[in-house]
Amino acid sequence: MPDAATLERLVGALKASDSESVIDTVESPGRVAIEVKPDSIVGSLEVMRKAGYEFLASVHGVDYYPNEPRLGVDYELLSREACDRVALTLRVSTEDPHLPSVTPAWPCANNQEREAYDMFGLIFDGHPDLRRILMPEDYEGHPQRRDFPIGGEPVLFTHNEHNVPRWFE
Amino acid sequence: MSTVDPAARELSAYRKMEESVTISETTEFEGDRELLTLNLGPHHPATHGVLRLLVTLDGEVIRRLQPIFGYLHTGIEKTAEQKSYWKAIPVVERMDYVSYYFNAMAYCGAVEALLEVEIPKRAQYLRVIHLELNRIMSHLVFLGTSALDLGAISVWWYCFRERETLLDLFEMSSGQRMHTRYFQIGGVIEDIPEGWIEQVRKFCAIMPERADTYGDLLNKNEIFLQRQRDVCPLPAEKLRELGVTGPLLRAAGDPWDLRKAMPYSSYEDFDFKIPVGTKGDNYDRFQVRLAEVKESIKIIVQALDNLPDGPTITEDRKIALPPRHELATSMEALIHHFKLVTEGMRVPAGEAYYAIEGARGELGCFVRSDGSSKPARVHMRDPSLVNMQAAPAATEGWLIADMLATVAMFDPIIGGVDR
Amino acid sequence: MEVIRQKATDSEEFRSKQLRARDMLRGDLDDKDLDEFVQERVLTTTLEKASDWARGNSFFPLTFGLACCAIEMMTVAASRLDIARFGYEAFRASPRQADLLVLSGRISIKMAPVIRRIYDQMLEPKYVIAMGACSSSMGVFNNYAIVPADKFMPVDVHVPGCPPRPEALMHGILELRSMVHGDPTLGWRERYEAEGTEEIYPLAPADATGVNVFGAGGTEGTNA
Repeated sequence: MPDAATLERLVGALKASDSESVIDTVESPGRVAIEVKPDSIVGSLEVMRKAGYEFLASVHGVDYYPNEPRLGVDYELLSREACDRVALTLRVSTEDPHLPSVTPAWPCANNQEREAYDMFGLIFDGHPDLRRILMPEDYEGHPQRRDFPIGGEPVLFTHNEHNVPRWFE
Repeated sequence: MSTVDPAARELSAYRKMEESVTISETTEFEGDRELLTLNLGPHHPATHGVLRLLVTLDGEVIRRLQPIFGYLHTGIEKTAEQKSYWKAIPVVERMDYVSYYFNAMAYCGAVEALLEVEIPKRAQYLRVIHLELNRIMSHLVFLGTSALDLGAISVWWYCFRERETLLDLFEMSSGQRMHTRYFQIGGVIEDIPEGWIEQVRKFCAIMPERADTYGDLLNKNEIFLQRQRDVCPLPAEKLRELGVTGPLLRAAGDPWDLRKAMPYSSYEDFDFKIPVGTKGDNYDRFQVRLAEVKESIKIIVQALDNLPDGPTITEDRKIALPPRHELATSMEALIHHFKLVTEGMRVPAGEAYYAIEGARGELGCFVRSDGSSKPARVHMRDPSLVNMQAAPAATEGWLIADMLATVAMFDPIIGGVDR
Repeated sequence: MEVIRQKATDSEEFRSKQLRARDMLRGDLDDKDLDEFVQERVLTTTLEKASDWARGNSFFPLTFGLACCAIEMMTVAASRLDIARFGYEAFRASPRQADLLVLSGRISIKMAPVIRRIYDQMLEPKYVIAMGACSSSMGVFNNYAIVPADKFMPVDVHVPGCPPRPEALMHGILELRSMVHGDPTLGWRERYEAEGTEEIYPLAPADATGVNVFGAGGTEGTNA
């Protein structure tokens, strides 16, 4: 986790490249995440790359239901020089889940963005091949959203075994 | 790839459902050579689990490789959201099913970071011992199955014999051979039994020599060397761009290892080296893992020699269960036990990303807590999903047989890819 | 698939068979009856029993590993608990040559049609062992992504465990062997109507059997 001075320097660099990009910094024990505007993510990652955070470890989606905007994407960055981690996050709503893809500049995000699309419905504009990766190609719905039902088989007890068709007919 | 409209063909609904990827219906040509698209389906003896590969071939040379995942997707991350923090540990363990201690370590580390709880030294050392034993086991499975793919079947028998000894050690310390749920939030579930340390020392005494034997079985085999030397190399810059970490990156010459660079769980107390390759071909990938087995033995011996006394789990009763003898005498212990078992521990709101050096690379766990007793989001950054992005780059232009050897050397575990 | 339960034998028929056997042993049957008896009961049953014995002692398992249970299945074939001492070491990669399918691991919804296809490609008589908790019931994961094997294919033996110890899998395989020695067809073909290769048609949404266990509100998404 970067110390306060480094964090200020990073936020300053991000604001210098695009003055509207940084919305907030979210601090948790051991981790700091800089929230940026969705449209500015590619530029912000380039700024981070120049600042030494050259390794994009993870790109994943988060569903903040019921807080709006609901869907978030986290970009975990690692600086091998400073042995330090920083995250960039952004939030989009489910009505318009479009955001630019970082895959052209960071090829390591390829499969991970596909997974975020599959699981949350985040649409990465500019991704070379945005298809479902984990669910079948014709699946409807985005399973890891918080309001998607968990599904599964009901546990059969004597009081409900006759309600489930095809069990012992 | 051009596609043919499925509605133009008369197909049953089942057959339509089966086409899970749009495959080119027209013949592709490269110059005047016709390319054949072949499906190495999810059921194949050499794909290390249910990995589906679409290879476009010119004769036997691969022009394009497309791995297709999803045949083992189990919704582990969503299931973990339904369980309390404690109960999510067995669920998360079953992700990468050969290195289960690593999955539990990453998850417990993330939750412990959110809780800001300190792990007792003895628990940290026990964790390190189990993690390194698991690393050896994972590398033995890798070695056995890769040799099996290449036809060196006797190596498989030997590696699994060693693996049985390791599973006996795990069974002795935790009661289960695989998916032991030995790591808990706050430490480990219980102390090691008497005699365990002697058994581990016996194992560590014979293992380096055995690792050398298995290396010799393959190193002096001309066929193995021809199939591995200078086959499918990838330079370190390309691997870093693609996000690859772990033994693959170290085989290409880059000595990045989270155990040394950003030590966790007392790894800074141990003295060990990082084996690094030079060319990044298949032979280096194999040798790096074999050397890592020996380094792991060194770590284990050091940890056993310096194993401190003390508690094996944190004393904070709001996180760890109180010992059972206290339940008879102390009211607070009873209440804590009740709350922990029924509702689970409450974790303050926040987000944590905890990364460890797994057997295949950087294994990270992202946990988001909203203040309740169930995690709001658990995401495992699995090394195999990201490492497999390098498979097309490594194998294009090489023969099918080289591709099979390379996929074996990449050591993907599809449980981790698909979660 | 419908599961129809029927009795294995009729009690009257059984009684008449018992009486004829008693007469034969006493030497009371006439020549014609005796010939008929030998033809019907002794030769065929002895031949059948011999072929059942051979079949049961030489399963060719399919190299079919899905998840964690696959590692334990490999351990069963490895040196400590070795199934070669029972005759089952000949793992075959091609379903055309194998007769035992060990569903070792969790079956995701993407993999289920593939498994059904592989099962259909196997030649009869074929047997299925659902190894582990995930393939028999949902196991640790009761969610949208996986399906228990009984929903789309007939299973002969379920082996519990997560993962089952290699000894447990061995016990399951030996149970299968004793079932085969008893009666290889076991009546399940009739019970499950599992003759030949069938197309699986997707169910209409009203007939879908998945019931939300933790159904959290909302109409987003389907649980196909």
